[in-house]
Amino acid sequence: MIASARSPLVWVVHLSVILLVLLWTLPTAGLLISSLRDKDQLAVSGWWTALSTSTQSLVYRAPGADKQVEKDGKFVISGNLLEGQSTGQVSAFGFNSREPVAFQPGQTADLSDGEKLTVQADGTFEIVSDKAMEGTRGQRIFYTAAVPPRFTIDNYIEVMRAEGIGASFINSLTVAIPSTIIPILVAAFAAYALAWMKFPGRAILIAVVVGLLVVPLQMSLIPLLKLYNGVGAFLGVPAKTYVGIWLAHMGFGLPLAIYLLRNYMAGLPREIMESARVDGASDFDIFVKIILPLSFPALASFAIFQFLWTWNDLLVAMVFLGTGNDSLVLTGRLVNLLGSRGGNWEILTASAFITIIVPLIVFFSLQRYLVRGLLAGSVKGG
Amino acid sequence: MQQLLFAVTTMAAGVLACVAYFYGTNWILDRIFPSKGLTGKVASRNLRITNTIRPWLFLGPAMVSLTIYLIYPVIESVWLSFHDKSGQAFVGVSNFNWMINDGEFRQSIYNNFLWLLVVPAAATFFGLIIAALTDRIWWGNIAKTLIFMPMAISFVGASVIWKFIYDFRPEGSEQIGLLNALVVAFGGSPEAWMTLPFWNNFFLMVILIWIQTGFAMVILSAALRGIPEETIEAAVIDGANGLQIFFKIMIPQIWGTIAVVWTTITILVLKVFDIVLAMTNGQWQSQVLANLMFDWMFRGGGDFGRGAAIAVVIMVLVIPIMVWNIRNAAKEMEGR
Repeated sequence: MIASARSPLVWVVHLSVILLVLLWTLPTAGLLISSLRDKDQLAVSGWWTALSTSTQSLVYRAPGADKQVEKDGKFVISGNLLEGQSTGQVSAFGFNSREPVAFQPGQTADLSDGEKLTVQADGTFEIVSDKAMEGTRGQRIFYTAAVPPRFTIDNYIEVMRAEGIGASFINSLTVAIPSTIIPILVAAFAAYALAWMKFPGRAILIAVVVGLLVVPLQMSLIPLLKLYNGVGAFLGVPAKTYVGIWLAHMGFGLPLAIYLLRNYMAGLPREIMESARVDGASDFDIFVKIILPLSFPALASFAIFQFLWTWNDLLVAMVFLGTGNDSLVLTGRLVNLLGSRGGNWEILTASAFITIIVPLIVFFSLQRYLVRGLLAGSVKGG
Repeated sequence: MQQLLFAVTTMAAGVLACVAYFYGTNWILDRIFPSKGLTGKVASRNLRITNTIRPWLFLGPAMVSLTIYLIYPVIESVWLSFHDKSGQAFVGVSNFNWMINDGEFRQSIYNNFLWLLVVPAAATFFGLIIAALTDRIWWGNIAKTLIFMPMAISFVGASVIWKFIYDFRPEGSEQIGLLNALVVAFGGSPEAWMTLPFWNNFFLMVILIWIQTGFAMVILSAALRGIPEETIEAAVIDGANGLQIFFKIMIPQIWGTIAVVWTTITILVLKVFDIVLAMTNGQWQSQVLANLMFDWMFRGGGDFGRGAAIAVVIMVLVIPIMVWNIRNAAKEMEGR
């Protein structure tokens, strides 16, 4: 746009945009990488070190005295500290929790009562004693090992099975899909009436819709909670049902839906409708056969908005669906996990990623419509 | 599985009921007052009647829904704010009296004003900068998509993402939170950021700014592209440099859009709830109005009077923006 494309300033622009993009993507990238790491590694090193070998302080309990074998007149217990992880490297070891790094690999540590402990860098160890060892509890060996990076989907399997994320995922779908589809139809008819039909009070109704756009949800919560409890008691049904939350999401989504769709429909050429009317079509025919197909971009925009909003919503779900274990949606489940599993990052990261993956897919595949909807909703009068 | 089946069935039923309503009522209307195939007085009378009734058939469901879910609750909330915790006995302004003297409420108001000062300004500022910068490079659209992405992430999801960044381990052990790792790398000592009164507000605000910058960027970028080329060319000919063009030619032409972005984010800030609930739940002096209101809805069995009173405060803060929006919309309608 500006004719300075060849100046050194361009490099400044490139660099600052790279920096900004990093700032905006690294947090999410960190979450994704962490959720795929082994949970022991995740707990002791930052995700940015995920590709490098990590150093961990670990404890191993050697087998008890019943596993000792007699060799050349000595009694020996042997094994490998790094069972199953053939590529690790032991860098230090000890037999006492106060001095876990007292010895280097290859050295021999004198345990009490004449036992000697030797640990090699590859993890093999030997406990040697002149007389038969006793006791069923084996010697504890503290060691520091360099463990190669390990990536796994175990975290995801665990949260889907044990933490109720799988059930919540279905709950979220059950809330979000009907809450997206039903308001579109209702709003489209209303938007057409407000855009193209003539009746007294039209301007006032439009003003009301614009005013309702910004009414905070908080105003609705308590009266509706009372209303739902009353209706539930009156009809003898539970107050917290999916139908209830669908209707609530519809009510809260309607102002934006009507506003967006009305703006779009009002911009359609008048000639189309007039020629159809001359041909004897009623408003209903015009709407269904002409306006609805033409409004597809606006309908898609609103559908994406409403889906993202209902999927990501926490407040409405907590109030109208409750916080019972069976009725938690993904966002509510995540808040619960933050409370109960606050330090277990392998669970939190995997759960969070499952929560955000659906909106991200919607976002990346339908971004065009999302942008269009935002522009229609916000840039008034161009 | 059963639940999915239930969802699909009810969804189909809901949509069908909707379609049936619109088709049915319109069909009935055309039956009672037929105009097709008739001529003369009857036809024109019937046409007039159907044209009077039909808008209300179209608007009906939306109006009922808006009335039940938004208009009635606003009135009821105001009414409840003058009543006691069960909503039965009239207590005058005592809920508001309690509010003014309540330390937690004052803290929330104070924090909310901090949020209102910082978040809309920061998000709009970053959005504008990024929009202006990405317009000039070939990979600008990719950069925009990536910066826009947090928009799709829920506030709770974003809270987990950032809680991970703010994670704190005692000094000496390896930090797995990015922020503390950076602090330690530069020779500082790690902090439990969430527990620092006053400053923790800003760490929470970062999350909302992170989410909302993409929104500001998309809209401001469209506005920047809508600026007539001639004005910029004229400035170039007059010898203005890049910064002068940006601040003196481009910004003044998009003031209206900046205002829209600013007010939209302002309204969002007033309603911010999820982030505070997930990150601190109002501890360490980070409470905000929306979370306090939610708290009072259920605290001690629920105090509807106080909860409604806090909601009314939020509403009052929104009203100026509401009036401004309505006036703008009215102006636009006249122009048509």
